[in-house]
Amino acid sequence: MVQFIQQLVNGLSIGSVFALVALGYTMVYGIIKLINFAHGDIYMLGAFIGYFSFKYIAGGYGGFILALVLAMGGCALIGMLIEKVAYKPLRNASRITALITAMGVSYFLEYVMVYFFGAERRTLTAPFENTVFHIGEITFTLSTMIIVVTTIILMLLLTYIVNCTKMGKAMRAVSTDPDAARLMGINVDHTISFTFALGSALAGAAGVLIGLHYNIVEPLMGMIPGLKAFIAAVFGGIGIIPGAMFGGLSIGVIQTFASGYISSLWQDAIVYGLLIIILVVKPAGLLGKNKKEKV
Amino acid sequence: MKQSFSRKNITALLILVVSVILLSVMFGLIPPKWQKTFITACYYIIGALGLNLIIGVSGQFSLGHAGFIAIGAYSVGIIFQSNATIYGFALGTALGIVITCAVALIIAIPTFRLRGDYLAIATLGFSEIIRIVIQNLDITGGASGLSYLSFEGINDQGMFIMMVITIMLAILLIVNYVKSSHGRATVSVREDEIAAEAMGINTTKYKTVAFLIGASLAAVAGAYFGPMNFFIKPGDFGFTKSIDVLVIVVLGGMGSLSGTVVGGIFIAVMNTFLQDYSEIRMILYALILVLVMILRPRGLFGNKEITDIWKKKTKGAE
Repeated sequence: MVQFIQQLVNGLSIGSVFALVALGYTMVYGIIKLINFAHGDIYMLGAFIGYFSFKYIAGGYGGFILALVLAMGGCALIGMLIEKVAYKPLRNASRITALITAMGVSYFLEYVMVYFFGAERRTLTAPFENTVFHIGEITFTLSTMIIVVTTIILMLLLTYIVNCTKMGKAMRAVSTDPDAARLMGINVDHTISFTFALGSALAGAAGVLIGLHYNIVEPLMGMIPGLKAFIAAVFGGIGIIPGAMFGGLSIGVIQTFASGYISSLWQDAIVYGLLIIILVVKPAGLLGKNKKEKV
Repeated sequence: MKQSFSRKNITALLILVVSVILLSVMFGLIPPKWQKTFITACYYIIGALGLNLIIGVSGQFSLGHAGFIAIGAYSVGIIFQSNATIYGFALGTALGIVITCAVALIIAIPTFRLRGDYLAIATLGFSEIIRIVIQNLDITGGASGLSYLSFEGINDQGMFIMMVITIMLAILLIVNYVKSSHGRATVSVREDEIAAEAMGINTTKYKTVAFLIGASLAAVAGAYFGPMNFFIKPGDFGFTKSIDVLVIVVLGGMGSLSGTVVGGIFIAVMNTFLQDYSEIRMILYALILVLVMILRPRGLFGNKEITDIWKKKTKGAE
């Protein structure tokens, strides 16, 4: 039982990072029907910004918040830039064309980083001491708690933006019907840019948080988590914001249980197998309905 | 069958035989570094021809090519541990094709209900599962892989000739397939799946057939991979392997076989020049993908062939 709860805690902490990345996938997919393959690499860029910020600017709790802000801002800019340069010319192209482009962008980001910073792993200097807490026999680390709390705050913020602001309303409108939205006087291009910025900012934050969790950053770190976050988005129902949160947490927990109770060698295979089962059995995802309600 | 020995076919056969001989003589004259390049090019072309059949002809987007290449490579690798002759190679290749077809069928049945990008992700997932299974089996040597896969009695030149013949057979197979009624049905699925279905075409069947042929060609490419590198490990068959092949298909043109051949040679030559700068190579791959997609979304050759230059433009020609 203790092991079960311990695994659950670990799973939720890694799952909340997946959830943050999955939100970006789901928002972008909801609005322009593109699997943004490069999203995992934006998360990697976020982790690098966090790494440099801790190393050269400041540590401590203030340093952590600064790193978070820098990573979110930087990634939002990069996300918007990628959309403008690579995806915008292809807005009316076939989805496969757009997907191949997204893979190209992903490769580009990865190997530009390898070129400038080398492929080796770098150890992150932790901004604060990672205290360990015990409740009964279950151990928490401070970083786990910070990851979960930050994720919750960001998700609440996102829910507020999407549901209660004018821009959020525009996002929902564009994802429902871009042409009708344009006729209603919504600037579709701005809305899409904003969606990319929002999604990329969340991925950047996830990058900083994963840096705290594993203490390691490397240029190719975004590939596998990116894929898993995408699986999380599909799991919960792509295009649905609560679906991505739910999917991310589920994938995190499933992966941790798979590695804890079955074998860590098979954990990835189990996650991919799950993706295929979901796609085949319920392609709309667990929270997906036939009624289209997407952002 | 009457026409099998027509003058046209015999001439074509003669041209093929002469060109194989010419190519192999030329191969003997170039420096070893470039010999390696052309062997790599052949390997890329075989794999990319298969992927082109799946993407360009049937219009299904598969990211699972690495998995099938891995199956071919490991079948030959395991047979080679006891018998590294040409017979072992033939046996390994056949085994690889059989296993690949079985696996591809298992993949095709559930996933061909999906379309476009979902299909891509599902095939990617399957390919990763294949890799993880290989990594956890004993017979495949686990994560450390299989080594000493050198070919007994066949040198580089011999292998090059085998590969060129394989490419010619593969092109013959694909061209004949595309021109057959099955092939036309497959093309109609690419053009408009709903309309094809309305015309009474069993779309799932034709998608699956194209997928099986394409996957088998990937297995054949994989069969050459071991003897080419003397060593295989599960890490060789990650997601990047599928992208390598995809770049060639996209660059050459989806649906153009001659485009694939040109693309394969181009990528292999580029790799040789950039051998010591692997990051730049990957950045270039990325730029090729993005720029080709933005500027020429159907690839450099589109779905045209080099031979179209000599053809008269006829109305209704494809």
